Amino acid sequence: MNAIFPFPDTPGSREKLVVIGNGMAGCRTVEEVLARAPGRFDITIIGAEPRVNYNRIMLSPVLAGEKAFDDIIINGPQWYADNAIALISGDPAEMIDREAHTVVTRGGLVLPYDRLVIATGSDPFIIPVPGHDLVGVVTFRDLDDVDRMIAAAEAGETEGSNAAVVIGGGLLGLEAAHGLALRGMQVTVVHLMSTLMERQLDEAAGWLLRQELERRGHTILTSANTKAILGAAGRVAGIVLEDGTRIRADLVVMAAGIKPSVALAKAAGLACERGIVVDDHMVTSDPAILAVGECVQHRGACYGLVAPIWEMCRALADCLTGVGSGRGYEGSVTSTKLKVSGIDVFSAGDFSGGEGSEDVVMRDAAHGIYKRLVIKDNRLIGAVLYGDTADGNWYFDLLRRQEDIAAIRQSLIFGQAYAAGGAGGDPHAAVAALSDDAEVCGCNGVSKGAVISAINEGAHSVAALRSTCKASASCGSCTNIVESLLALTLGAEVEAGPKTLCGCTSFTHDDVRRLILERNLKSIPQVMQELHWSTPEGCASCRPALNYYLLCAWPGEYADDETSRFVNERLHANIQKDGTYSVVPRMWGGITSPRELRAIADVVEKYNAPMVKVTGGQRLDIFGIRKEDLPAVWADLNAAGMVSGHAYGKALRTVKTCVGSEWCRFGTQDSTGLGVKIEQATWGSYMPHKFKIAVSGCPRNCAEATIKDFGIVCVDSGYELHVGGNGGIKVRVTDFLCKVETEAEAMEHCLAFIQLYREEAHYLERTAPWIERKGLEWLKAQLFTDPDRISRLAARFRLSQKYWQIDPWAGRAAGAHHDLHQHLAEVRPLALEKAQ
Amino acid sequence: MNSDTVGQWLDIGPVTQIKAGTGRTLPVLGGEEIAVFLTTRGEYFALVNKCPHKHGPLSEGLVHGDSVTCPLHNWRISLRTGEALGDDRGCTPTIPLKVESGRLFLLREAVLAPRRQAEAGTCALDTAA
Ligand SMILES: Cc1cc2nc3c(=O)[nH]c(=O)nc-3n(C[C@H](O)[C@H](O)[C@H](O)COP(=O)(O)OP(=O)(O)OC[C@H]3O[C@@H](n4cnc5c(N)ncnc54)[C@H](O)[C@@H]3O)c2cc1C
Ligand code: HEM
Ligand code: SF4
Ligand code: FES
Repeated sequence: MNAIFPFPDTPGSREKLVVIGNGMAGCRTVEEVLARAPGRFDITIIGAEPRVNYNRIMLSPVLAGEKAFDDIIINGPQWYADNAIALISGDPAEMIDREAHTVVTRGGLVLPYDRLVIATGSDPFIIPVPGHDLVGVVTFRDLDDVDRMIAAAEAGETEGSNAAVVIGGGLLGLEAAHGLALRGMQVTVVHLMSTLMERQLDEAAGWLLRQELERRGHTILTSANTKAILGAAGRVAGIVLEDGTRIRADLVVMAAGIKPSVALAKAAGLACERGIVVDDHMVTSDPAILAVGECVQHRGACYGLVAPIWEMCRALADCLTGVGSGRGYEGSVTSTKLKVSGIDVFSAGDFSGGEGSEDVVMRDAAHGIYKRLVIKDNRLIGAVLYGDTADGNWYFDLLRRQEDIAAIRQSLIFGQAYAAGGAGGDPHAAVAALSDDAEVCGCNGVSKGAVISAINEGAHSVAALRSTCKASASCGSCTNIVESLLALTLGAEVEAGPKTLCGCTSFTHDDVRRLILERNLKSIPQVMQELHWSTPEGCASCRPALNYYLLCAWPGEYADDETSRFVNERLHANIQKDGTYSVVPRMWGGITSPRELRAIADVVEKYNAPMVKVTGGQRLDIFGIRKEDLPAVWADLNAAGMVSGHAYGKALRTVKTCVGSEWCRFGTQDSTGLGVKIEQATWGSYMPHKFKIAVSGCPRNCAEATIKDFGIVCVDSGYELHVGGNGGIKVRVTDFLCKVETEAEAMEHCLAFIQLYREEAHYLERTAPWIERKGLEWLKAQLFTDPDRISRLAARFRLSQKYWQIDPWAGRAAGAHHDLHQHLAEVRPLALEKAQ
Repeated sequence: MNSDTVGQWLDIGPVTQIKAGTGRTLPVLGGEEIAVFLTTRGEYFALVNKCPHKHGPLSEGLVHGDSVTCPLHNWRISLRTGEALGDDRGCTPTIPLKVESGRLFLLREAVLAPRRQAEAGTCALDTAA
């Protein structure tokens, strides 16, 4: 449908302004020009879409069925008529002839211009996977796309199959998913990154969003890479992911990003990089041609939101008409809100946390609220809000105006009403103003008066208050108030509490472990949210600790988080100072065989390992293996029946034995045989720290069992069990735990002790300091008071082993996580020179 | 950069090769190995794969925000600037990187001669002890 409005009678004297693009930027530009210089230009708008100017961002509510197309029209037919604008719609511009000053449309119209504005917006980015062109694969950009999606949803309803896959968990993808779900489709969102909307949200807020979407019935797959789109009978039938997962789908929505639409400008020879390059007045490399909207690149930045576009339109109109400030466009800070009803998400500015920036985090688990402000040099530079976005605009304003927030910093996170309120921005004053019967701790129903009397009775620290009046002992969200009450009541006498897990939390290791179990916390972001972590993603101290606590608490349920493990546990080998790795295969009880020795010798030669060494733990250590060779090395060792020795892990390391009664003239029991059995029962188990065992066949103790975490010394009448020994920097001889008569009892006690250590010790605490901290009496009471305790602990250990006693090498040798071992590519300078 | 400088960028493959919160390596024959990172916030960075302390492979460190903790002695290095953070002093050259159409590109000159490129700025890798 060409030229739905007749060309107005044009007196030749008026300048001809042609706008390519009948979208958000194109029409706003015209509005701004008309407001400044009505009647000055003879205006033509060329639009590829066969319709009038509408509000693109409202396509989401249209898809969701909350709005109709008529509701989202910005400028209807009357506007074009009233302002004598010629609209050529449904006929895209195909060529710009800069010499002749004309634009040619696909339909063959040739339109002369004096000034040309390019406002072609963006094109959806189509991931070039096989099947991307099947029928039923759609994008989400214009009304036609929305119509296609609605049609698919309706067809699905009648045919009873209505599964949709949305590729991309960004703003656009999630709004598409929401709309399709409201239209009755079963939606799966496939997102490449580990966090939804990772450009706008951090891990913590992304986790909350994910929880909510899953609660609503969406399936969310993160870190999921689409390999191909599958078809049947020419139509889309599903997708397959890189890891082999297949998902059925009747509709696939590509919402993987946009790229500025520059083809037309590029063909005309205008300077283009990612977008059409413009100066502060939106002028391209040709002074007669301006560009505006998502298709431009200004000072290196491209934008995908409307707020910056409105600013660009004003600058462009100023330039075109010579009316207005003429200051030009200087770039924008942007903010985002997700338009999914019932979910409040806000994000603005930079929260990647560069050097010198500080985070202020507030979490309210009970209400599902997460707020994070990023501050640098007393200025707010970024904000992420989830659950309560009421202050979003206020923060955005502070951020844009670069306001000095030093005076209100203390109370900034509580929001505008509070910061500006009578309390003068002092949080202590606000707490002081609370009445005595005001409830301070909602979880345990503790009033302010109760906290103050507990303080007066001698509880002078947060920890003491937690154990006496229970204030802040559950979720910790009132810790701030409790701290204020301590400061108000005691002045400078507040005692520092016991050491917290790390700077990210006010809870101790023990608190965290207890609360994980009590409150059924099952993932790292969940712990951080529910326990009010003060940092968004935690740190190098708490992440590995939480990962361990969770895998210990929920065997079989918790999925290990690779990004929370140190390199050795991620690569299942020990990193050396030159960046190569050492490999220690397991040798049960220190016993080996010709077959194993041959396999080791072959590996040493095949991979040119510069050294093989006997370790202090009776194993062979192969040095100098490159990370890319590790899987092949492991495959060779696996083939000879050897598994990982976990010499790299916070895990069971080795069981050292002596030859015992089998060979030694002094031997009293089969120390080697017992050592082998113990090692076969305990290998693979992760612990708070490394764990070493030894079994000696008589009190001469050649296996040095009394400086091990768990040591067994055989005697004629049975087995003496020793615990808490340590070599290393601070040598500690074991404590004698007890004596048992049978091998089976020795085994059972060993497993029970290990499990107690696994459940009770702090992460990175060896058994020696653990026992010194808790005391031998405590340990004995734990194990021996309740006659069933040992068997219960041992049973829990065996349950955990059901899931964790797996050889990580075997998986890697078979190709799992190959990306961790392989290089991206290889650069050869010679090939490069040739290519030049 | 003008459009005629296309070709100074080296295509090192699709963005999907790197998992969020991890680094991967790119060996350069006769040159310095490069580490390419993707943060959990979705930002990509490339640096010479050598810690300024004792040349530890940064690619294998734990990534937090926009810094990486070296696997050998726990120095923290800014992925953005290559500078050691906290009390430590030192700097690793960074390699300009761009993402286009789902692929990663490194600045070719910087890949071939990261030191020279870096010395033009403020950062040169100290010869380690
Ligand atoms: C579903 C959806 C939801 C969104 N939600 C939000 C939001 O909540 N907040 C926000 O800030 N932003 C949002 N956006 C982004 C916002 O819509 C865009 O930033 C804005 O529309 C860009 O304006 P533009 O004029 O540059 O491009 P467009 O609005 O896309 O206009 C460009 C027009 O040019 C036409 N065109 C292209 N090539 C040619 C040619 N050769 N000849 C003629 N015409 C041509 C196109 O057909 C199109 O109509 C959303 C976008 C979508 C798709
Ligand atoms: C009469 C005294 C002793 C006798 C007959 C004796 C005998 C042995 C024998 C036969 C072995 C080889 C066991 C094996 O590895 O299979 C051995 C190893 C060893 N002995 Fe003794 N020993 C005696 C005293 C000691 C003492 C007092 C110590 C040190 C405190 C000791 C430390 C060791 C050590 C460290 C090993 C090596 C264990 C290993 O790593 O393999 N021995 N001893
Ligand atoms: S500990 Fe006793 S049994 Fe074992 S090797 Fe030494 S002397 Fe022999
Ligand atoms: S080499 Fe990196 S911290 Fe020592």
